Amino acid sequence: MPKTFSKTNPARELVFGDLWEFDPAPETADPKLKKRYDLFINGSFVPPRAEQYFATINPAHETKIADIALADASDVDVACKAAQKAFTGVWGKMPGKERGKYLYRIARLLQDHAREFAIAETLDGGKPIKESRDFDIPMAAAHFFYHAGWADKLEHLAPGRQVAPHGVVGQVIPWNFPLLMLAWKIAPALAAGNCVVLKPAETTSITALKFGEICQEAGLPNGVVNIVSGATETGAAVIQHPLTMKVAFTGSTEVGKSIMRSLAGTDKKLTMELGGKAANIVFDDAPLDQAVEGIVNGIFFNQGHVCCAGSRLLVQESIADEVLAKLKRRIAVLRVGDPMDKNTDLGAINSREQLTKITELVKSGVMEGAEKYDTGCKLPAKGFFFRPTIFTNVSMSHRIAREEIFGPVLGILTFRTPEEAVEKANNTPYGLSAGVWTDKGSRILKMSTLLKAGVVWANTYNKFDPTSPFGGYKESGFGREGGKQGLLEYLKVA
Amino acid sequence: MTRLLITKTPKCYVGGAFIRSESGRVAPLHDASGAFFANIPQCTRKDLRNAVEAAAKAGPGWAKRSAFNRGQILYRLAEMMEARSGELTEAVALGGTSKAEASREVAASIERVVHYAGWTDKYEQILGSVNPVASTHFNFTVTEPMGIIGVIAPDDSPLLALVSLILPAITSGNCVVALASSTQPYPSILLGEMLATSDLPGGVVNLLTGLRSEMLPTFATHEHLRALSVAVNAADRKTLKLGAAESVKRVNLLKAEEPIDWFSDKRQGVEEIRALIEFKTTWHPVGA
Amino acid sequence: MTTMPAATAPTSLRRLFDEIGTVDQVGIEERVAKFTTRSLKKKSKVFGLRLAVSMVDLTTLEGKDTPGKVASLCQKALRPHDIGDIPPTAAVCVYPAMVKHAKKHVVGTQVKIASVATAFPSGQAPLKTRLAEVHAAVNDGADEIDMVINRGAFLSGEFGRMQDEIAAVVEACGQSTLKVILEVSELETYDNIRAASFLAMRVIRPGDFIKTSTGKTSSNATLGNNQVMLEAIRDHFLATGIPIAMKPAGGIRTAKQALHFLIAVKETLGDDWLNNRRYRFGASALLNDLVRQLEKERTGAYQAPWNFSDATEGY
Repeated sequence: MPKTFSKTNPARELVFGDLWEFDPAPETADPKLKKRYDLFINGSFVPPRAEQYFATINPAHETKIADIALADASDVDVACKAAQKAFTGVWGKMPGKERGKYLYRIARLLQDHAREFAIAETLDGGKPIKESRDFDIPMAAAHFFYHAGWADKLEHLAPGRQVAPHGVVGQVIPWNFPLLMLAWKIAPALAAGNCVVLKPAETTSITALKFGEICQEAGLPNGVVNIVSGATETGAAVIQHPLTMKVAFTGSTEVGKSIMRSLAGTDKKLTMELGGKAANIVFDDAPLDQAVEGIVNGIFFNQGHVCCAGSRLLVQESIADEVLAKLKRRIAVLRVGDPMDKNTDLGAINSREQLTKITELVKSGVMEGAEKYDTGCKLPAKGFFFRPTIFTNVSMSHRIAREEIFGPVLGILTFRTPEEAVEKANNTPYGLSAGVWTDKGSRILKMSTLLKAGVVWANTYNKFDPTSPFGGYKESGFGREGGKQGLLEYLKVA
Repeated sequence: MTRLLITKTPKCYVGGAFIRSESGRVAPLHDASGAFFANIPQCTRKDLRNAVEAAAKAGPGWAKRSAFNRGQILYRLAEMMEARSGELTEAVALGGTSKAEASREVAASIERVVHYAGWTDKYEQILGSVNPVASTHFNFTVTEPMGIIGVIAPDDSPLLALVSLILPAITSGNCVVALASSTQPYPSILLGEMLATSDLPGGVVNLLTGLRSEMLPTFATHEHLRALSVAVNAADRKTLKLGAAESVKRVNLLKAEEPIDWFSDKRQGVEEIRALIEFKTTWHPVGA
Repeated sequence: MTTMPAATAPTSLRRLFDEIGTVDQVGIEERVAKFTTRSLKKKSKVFGLRLAVSMVDLTTLEGKDTPGKVASLCQKALRPHDIGDIPPTAAVCVYPAMVKHAKKHVVGTQVKIASVATAFPSGQAPLKTRLAEVHAAVNDGADEIDMVINRGAFLSGEFGRMQDEIAAVVEACGQSTLKVILEVSELETYDNIRAASFLAMRVIRPGDFIKTSTGKTSSNATLGNNQVMLEAIRDHFLATGIPIAMKPAGGIRTAKQALHFLIAVKETLGDDWLNNRRYRFGASALLNDLVRQLEKERTGAYQAPWNFSDATEGY
């Protein structure tokens, strides 16, 4: 029998045309938005003391959605004091099982309002409705559900030791998974008995402030959760406030480092979930179609606005052409466009600023000699959009291979041996995640051991679960979120 | 005529060898009565750099040793210390501590080593986990050593504090570059000799002596040190944290200005090991 | 007979997988789950439903089949609904004994007569008997033959034998199209389905089909095994230029399911497979639901089942 499978013949191609086009399938439910969002402090929505607001826009249409309160240091001070009062007066004293019941309520209420939240998330952030609907919101609820059950079982986290909450926790979260990151931060903090002052990202405040409504609906004691929207200075005020005993940050490595510096003179406990430049490694014996699916999921999920995105594809040399061909065929059927359309696979880039950054890095890739490919698909006339893009001929020194792009841009490199793959994968200051694709079990375990990354996805990619600790090695940060390991970060061990 | 005694030249233990500082500098050490005892190497940032290189060489091999083997080696260290406990007691007492107190510190130090020898093949079972994710995946979290850990010992309890900071690091497969007590460095010189005869691979623990104020900035900024486990004062903590920020280094900081009861059982255990490990979570689909 | 010398067939599954690659079960099931989130509205839905109707092999395979039952089935295939312009189905699929009864109702139309042969559904008869059955069905006018592979041969590693038998049936088919039923539920794993697909595709002709199931075992066509076979067809086509057609059969009862299968085709094999020469549904109840949903789209009102179903049970 002739060996027919080594190379595909480029002359024979499949036609992914317009024979059967999909009609628009917009999600039309009402997200129940307000025109103006005030700060959520001490159980109420209050205007910022300086009466400053900023507009939040829909990145898919560049239209204004609502005015968002801009908290300054004095607002943050009020929030921190409210949190402290709630901690000493109510929450810190409450039996764990009672705290847990509040978290269960929140989980349930998030499920009740899931569709509203999904639409709000998509409007404000640009991610496809199918992702906010099927991933962000259910996963956020799942985090509350998981942590609810821990609230009365904390003594199991550090055997033989006493654990106690820190008090007030200051949290600053990014714009890529607004509500989900909030859940990753608030659920364990509350389960452990802390009170929270959280600052959402500037471009995506709505679901965080809507979450304030959930807290009210749940009857959560005043001050246990406080949401202060605003800009960088607002976040700095939260982090610096003398009452915040613990600081949890998710964002870029650059900002993470500046936070570490700014808190060097304090005793605040930190957890940092920072950037990544993950390698997704495909061996020649991998189940290739699933690997391709994992590659696509790894870099195009949420427009590549994912810190653990598999932005560097390392393919074994012998199958590089075949994987590339499969990848091109796969992305030919990705649908880029209106995030609110249920069939959209890639929505809008979160902000003009981010679009500029992606565009600039892609330009650098071309300038440095990498070969660019994109699907050439039509993009909406308005809004911030970027085509799924693949670079071949990438070398380790290229900026696109070293810097976090945080967009739908994949760089492909090749390797010949497992050792070379590990070397290339680890040759980065980052160490958040990695992917390995191979049919050989022992190789998976070896690779998983050698890869310097906090999460290794073997024959899968971009999977998350409340029970599963997530966090980085090296400059991708420290501390974990999720699982018993993540929860312990919110407790003092004596 | 009484025989003239051979005095020992104190040397630092780096990469499995006994070295003087590359700078050639020494500082005289006096006993409690003020009499000259010996010259102690005054290590420099270059010595620290060399020690980090030595640790980097030894690291992968040490981390790959089986947990059982690491336990055997740590227990062997306890044997070596016990065999020379008299000498260690003299060394601790050199700083003016009473013989009884010095003897208690040596005993506690040996106990501490034995304590961690027993942890090598157990902490993973406490700290790691299999995570019941909602999807069709097998998901487990294991621990891994962070890499090279910088240790800076406080001035007091020169043996026990040093041992208490080093042991949890190496139990999990880390390597250590440690700066001994600046005022009472001699016990660390002896500890180096015991490490050398304990089957612990050279380079896993590297012991430097010298001035904390000189060495501390390099501990802060050396990017190959992945974590710091130290007991220092507030100003030094700030220096270390500022340096750590540049490479997102992990810091495990004890306050030297407050009394630390190194004898306490709370100064040892799996939480101390936890402070110096990374968690790695692996996912794999479950299918046929 | 164009038999494939057994010596050149792969000697082990392991060797075959080195060549064609394996399938990760969880990964492929995640992929097909995405097809089910596609949302079809208005024109695109009508297009999909009509396409599905045109792809149905309207099937009756029961011991109690009679010429009368087959006649009414043929009428339904030709004109699935009294009102509107719903297209005819692709074929009527019957046992060999019913071929000549069915044939006379569709002569001169575009509806084909397909017949399951080769000791369907088990295939457990001597090869000579199975081939005789194929000849008989073809002689009675079957345009298409649905055969079952020798699963025993596959599972015991006798790939040459499995392929030789398929090749013998190809020859017996003459001008008739062949559909090779892998009986996926008995192959059990996606890896086996992929392997069997390749073994079959290498001995059939362009335009012949591979097909999931007989409909007579515990499980039938699923989006998962459909996807494994579509990907095998795609890889075979890209490597050889030979287009093989696909037929999921059994278990596809609703219009919604059928649309999910078609989205899989659209996104895996593309436009060239979105026609009834390259894709079929082996089904009986499906047609009723397709017509019912088309009527809903035409009239804007949800339809009661009894206008579309000849099922005896109803509420």
